[in-house]
Amino acid sequence: MFDNFPLWPARASAGAANVDALFIFLLALSAFMCLAIFAMILIFATMYRRRRGVEAEQIEGSPELEITWSIIPMGIFLAIFAWGAVIYFHERTPPRSASEVYVVAKQWMWKLEHQEGQREINELHVPVGRDVKLIMTSQDVIHSFYVPAFRIKQDVLPGRYTTAWFRATKPGVYHLFCSQYCGTMHSGMIGQVVVMEPAQYEAWLSGGGTSGSLAASGDTLFQQLGCSTCHRSDSQGRGPNLVGIFGQPVQLEDGRTLTVDENYLRTCILSPSKNIPSGFKPIMPVFQGLVSEEQINALVAYIKSLTPSPAGGQGSVSLAPQPQYPKE
Amino acid sequence: MATVAVTAERENYLNKEYGIRSWLLTTDHKRIALLYLASITFFFFIGGFFALLIRLELLTPAGDLVQADTYNKLFSMHGQVMIFFFLIPSIPAVLGNFLVPLMIGAKDLAFPRINLLSWYLYIIAGVIYLHCIVTGGVDTGWTFYTPFSTAFSNTRVIEAGISIFIAGFSSILTGLNFVVTIHRMRAPGMTWSRLPLFIWAHYATSIIQLLGTPVLAITLLLVVFERAFNLGIFDPTRGGDPLLFQHLFWFYSHPAVYIMILPAMAVESEVVACFTRKRIFGYNFVAMSSIAIAVFGFLVWAHHMFVAGISLYSALIFSILSYLVAVPSAIKVFNWTATMYKGSISFTTPMLYAFGFIGLFTMGGLTGLFLAALGIDVHVHDTYFVIAHFHYIMVGGAVMGYLGGLHFWWPKISGRMYPEGWGRLAALLVFAGFNLTFFPQFILGYMGMPRRYWQYPPEFQVLNVLSTAGSTILAVGYVLPMVYFLWSMRYGKIASDNPWGAAGLEWQTSSPPPTFNFDETPVVTWEAYNYEEIPAPAEVPVER
Repeated sequence: MFDNFPLWPARASAGAANVDALFIFLLALSAFMCLAIFAMILIFATMYRRRRGVEAEQIEGSPELEITWSIIPMGIFLAIFAWGAVIYFHERTPPRSASEVYVVAKQWMWKLEHQEGQREINELHVPVGRDVKLIMTSQDVIHSFYVPAFRIKQDVLPGRYTTAWFRATKPGVYHLFCSQYCGTMHSGMIGQVVVMEPAQYEAWLSGGGTSGSLAASGDTLFQQLGCSTCHRSDSQGRGPNLVGIFGQPVQLEDGRTLTVDENYLRTCILSPSKNIPSGFKPIMPVFQGLVSEEQINALVAYIKSLTPSPAGGQGSVSLAPQPQYPKE
Repeated sequence: MATVAVTAERENYLNKEYGIRSWLLTTDHKRIALLYLASITFFFFIGGFFALLIRLELLTPAGDLVQADTYNKLFSMHGQVMIFFFLIPSIPAVLGNFLVPLMIGAKDLAFPRINLLSWYLYIIAGVIYLHCIVTGGVDTGWTFYTPFSTAFSNTRVIEAGISIFIAGFSSILTGLNFVVTIHRMRAPGMTWSRLPLFIWAHYATSIIQLLGTPVLAITLLLVVFERAFNLGIFDPTRGGDPLLFQHLFWFYSHPAVYIMILPAMAVESEVVACFTRKRIFGYNFVAMSSIAIAVFGFLVWAHHMFVAGISLYSALIFSILSYLVAVPSAIKVFNWTATMYKGSISFTTPMLYAFGFIGLFTMGGLTGLFLAALGIDVHVHDTYFVIAHFHYIMVGGAVMGYLGGLHFWWPKISGRMYPEGWGRLAALLVFAGFNLTFFPQFILGYMGMPRRYWQYPPEFQVLNVLSTAGSTILAVGYVLPMVYFLWSMRYGKIASDNPWGAAGLEWQTSSPPPTFNFDETPVVTWEAYNYEEIPAPAEVPVER
């Protein structure tokens, strides 16, 4: 019976306990406030119910009381704000070492691609204990990636990347919901997150035959689309050298300085004229409509994987299986 | 059957003229209020019918009663009908229209013909919306989120958008009329500090209607144009931004929540004062908190967007501002409770609704604290927790306030008493049915059930069944008053001018009032809620 009637969601991520703690605190506070107010009303309603010959006593009010019951709630509210903000800050800042999964949402399915190259639909396999960062975009309308057991949710928008991250702590199978209304089969846009022990996960990873890592397919695409003719790994190209640029600030022609992140790379591929790096001409063709969301993801993953070779040799590019981020 | 002695009836606004023309061309604010009452009741039952179908569909986890597309239309149209055609006009256009001139001692609103125009705009909008419903409906959710509404939905979005655009002007004109009336038409001696709190809250509401609604109008027009002429404002593939829509939409639609709840607070203050026979505790604080809500209400819209892809830092700002707007609401609840202290409390139907309002509004407000907490909102956003929260405010708060007010002023409106026993029964049914319907949804939401789901995982079924059961009780609780109000118009006991022994100018004129409200313009020499000077009435039952 109780299996069909759970009253608390599964708790399967490192962040879930933080959310639950604040939630329980707020439940207790609300229960106390409700009881206090309802008890007052009940007591007054009984004690001061209308009786023959007893008149109400006119009381004007009390500024002291008003100030008390404004300041105290205000203080409590600010404390709740701070607590909630800390959790949110944590939820919104993925660790730099997180492994990455690219998510493409469309009406009405989730397409996921691991950096190792595994592709999944409506299913996400992850190992226990690993930080996983989701880099998500949509092919059509706004969707939202929601895993109740991890207490994470992030809208997935067309035309840009949004990110979320989690660290699973408990093996099991958990719901994946689309929580932003997206049309006819919104309620069918569901899937599952399978959390596995690391050994099992490795077995799963090596089970499916893939055509190499996401970055490797990005590399192939990079050659096929002719990107490599201008974006050379020396300083002779007509376009910027992309080696090691990820995470670095870039000076633009119009004077702005941006940090190279996933959204910057995406914009540069689709609408190059929006951000022209200083010293370059706006000659790159527009790729809007020419590459699919999955191909953009592969290109982004490839560019992120470009790091200067340890030997510092001229023009050599190392394709790292795990992306290494330049230290700031 | 006792026959009611027919005395020579005084001339009043109801019997002065007869015939359909005398209603459709009236400029009497009281008659226009009744026109609104009839029309919003009609839409309330349409919206309620959609809600019942939604609840029946959710009785089982599988989508089996209606098609997915039909379900999506049902919840979209439930929301749009209830918000734009029932809740927004409910208390202001019915009770406010009837009472604002009476309470301040005026003959009518400042612009009687504009008042009639605003009803006609409402009716035009309503007819367009009904046409939209019967020719296929709309499936965008009440929120019209882009790019779904602009580029993907193949339902009648343009028609719904135009209809709500027009309804918006009806709301703007009502707000304009109230602001001018309250400034310019107060009776001699009716200073700002002597105004009933009902007027203060309606003043605050009108300001929001005036400043917020035009933004909604512009936003809907952009959606209509984008859809019709392919503009690209919200289309990311052409440099547009779908999030821009959300900012514009919530800039109106969050303050709109206060358009719905402030008038309910207005009713609450009058009813609590009357049935405790006391001046409202902390009059100035309650009055100013209405203004504070109207002002701060404009600064919190992006708390609907914490997971939408806004920046971390703007989320922090909107979270802290959302907590600030909670303070004036808390002040009101404390003051109403304190008013009961050493009062002389009677448990009439309006007072039962007032108790219910405080309880449900408190729970709705407290769960708002959960949602304003960023870390928790990420989990419960777009789940049934949000659904439960805003129904506690908008149904538990606004509709309880509306029904309480309708009972309280029914003797003045109709000249008849409603049957008190049935009234209390209906109030209890509404309260019980409401809690059974919506409390389980808090749990569902924290469990993770997303909103707008046509089918759902089986572990959510028990709570959904409870909720559906509650909704049937709620439906009975809503139908009952309609039945006995209609009954009472013919068979109800004749009401005296002031059956509750209430303070306020509206009770000093006859029931129902004459067309121009007062035979002589009243001169006010007393403060609001001067209950020590008013004899307690015989009508109000004495408790043992």
